[in-house]
Amino acid sequence: MPTYLALIYSRDVDWTLPEYAEITKEYNAFGAAAAAVIKGGQALYPTATATTVRVQGGKGGDVLTTDGPYAETKEALTGYYILQCADLDEAVKVASTIPGAWDGAIELRPVIEF
Amino acid sequence: MHAGDAVARLVREERSRVLATLIRVTGSVDLAEDAAQDAVVRALETWPRDGVPDNPRAWLTVAAKRRAIDLIRRENKRAGKEAEAVSMFEPTPDPPEVVRDDLLRLVFTCCHPALAVDAQVALALRTLAGLSTAEVARGLLVPEATMAKRLTRAKQKIARAAIPYRVPAVEELPGRLDGVAATVYLIFNEGYAAGAGADLMRVALTAEAIRLGRLLAELMPDEPTVLGLLALVLLQDARRAARTDSDGRPVLLADQDRTRWDLTAIEEGVELVGVALRRTPDKPDPYVVQAAIAACHALAPSYPETNWDAVVSWYDVLLTIRDGPVVRLNRAAAVSERDGAEAGLALVDAIDTLDGYPYWHATRAELLHRLGRTAAARDAYERALALGMSEPQLDHLRRRLAALPD
Repeated sequence: MPTYLALIYSRDVDWTLPEYAEITKEYNAFGAAAAAVIKGGQALYPTATATTVRVQGGKGGDVLTTDGPYAETKEALTGYYILQCADLDEAVKVASTIPGAWDGAIELRPVIEF
Repeated sequence: MHAGDAVARLVREERSRVLATLIRVTGSVDLAEDAAQDAVVRALETWPRDGVPDNPRAWLTVAAKRRAIDLIRRENKRAGKEAEAVSMFEPTPDPPEVVRDDLLRLVFTCCHPALAVDAQVALALRTLAGLSTAEVARGLLVPEATMAKRLTRAKQKIARAAIPYRVPAVEELPGRLDGVAATVYLIFNEGYAAGAGADLMRVALTAEAIRLGRLLAELMPDEPTVLGLLALVLLQDARRAARTDSDGRPVLLADQDRTRWDLTAIEEGVELVGVALRRTPDKPDPYVVQAAIAACHALAPSYPETNWDAVVSWYDVLLTIRDGPVVRLNRAAAVSERDGAEAGLALVDAIDTLDGYPYWHATRAELLHRLGRTAAARDAYERALALGMSEPQLDHLRRRLAALPD
């Protein structure tokens, strides 16, 4: 059965703040409803905590770290799920119930099975 | 007709069905395409010489399945795997219902909303209509290498993202059918807009779209969307011979020689509109309504004798399901025929979002022209010309502009 990474792009918020408790509750409800297909997932701290790492000059070169996310966009990666679904149609159906889908967008990416 | 041509046509007709069955059996579009292609090549080699077999589809399917088994064995050997049991490749002919369902699944896979629209169009032409990659590329004005890449990417997405090979559930069907119809209609318009003098392959897209429309109507004879789509493309294509003059310049609907319209296509289209209207459920279908408008024009003995009341009413219905500035513009043009240029112009001017649309300016220009407002008409013609259209359309506008009194 194919596995999908559901990347949640939404407002760059701090889930630990009490003002987001309501949305967190929605996520919990989603997690319970879709428990059968969720194989993993995490919420992320906001992009202010992100560090981007690059190695310059090829392997073994200088490690360059920059403050912030890889790409500065209006909507940020705020969490993800690993979904195991029968096919893309089922994955789309599940993704459309992730709260981030109406507060941003969900990117579904099939996972390579080696 | 040459015997080889008849065989080629028969093989092409069957190719999409054989391909669809092979996709179900092998679970891979790529493998199925290789196998179907091999069977087609064999048929084209042997049939003209030995005669067409009694059941061409069964012959092709068996040949394709054998080829698929060979390809899988070769792949397994290379991967060091034991040859798997291939009992699913039972070389008995599949019953027609099964083949029909295979093809239906392929239709919905090719037109899946997770694929980009240009990929859907390319896949539909390649797999459902059975055109070669080179033909698809020429028809869509894309370099062949680009088209090959686009098709590969689309097939890869189907495989990797696991786009299902399945007919959608009843509750999803209306939305998904809209997508299928939109893809076929887009193909039709690519060919229709190309016009006379353009590459023949491009013009042939209208015929491919009609073929696809027929295929859909055969697969889903109870779906109004499908019947409406087929009716719409038939009725529009019926006017083809009269749409351009001997120099390839466009002839407006009002000036077309109606004796050159294709009566057989009109009859078929009008009848389909009738069937579709009787089957339209609680909500009118946009394709059926557009086909009804086309039928009003097709049935009018002359332009002034068009039933403009009916045309305007159908546009009113269309606005309830697909409101948009272009539909409003077309409705305004019909109103100007029914109630006069003044009434039409008021409606055209009420649409304030089409300033960048040349046909809005061209319609305004024409109505101003009729009302004798020469200076304003000249401005509007010039605006339309500046925005650009196809060369024959521009030519028409230039002639209208030149016809204005000083």
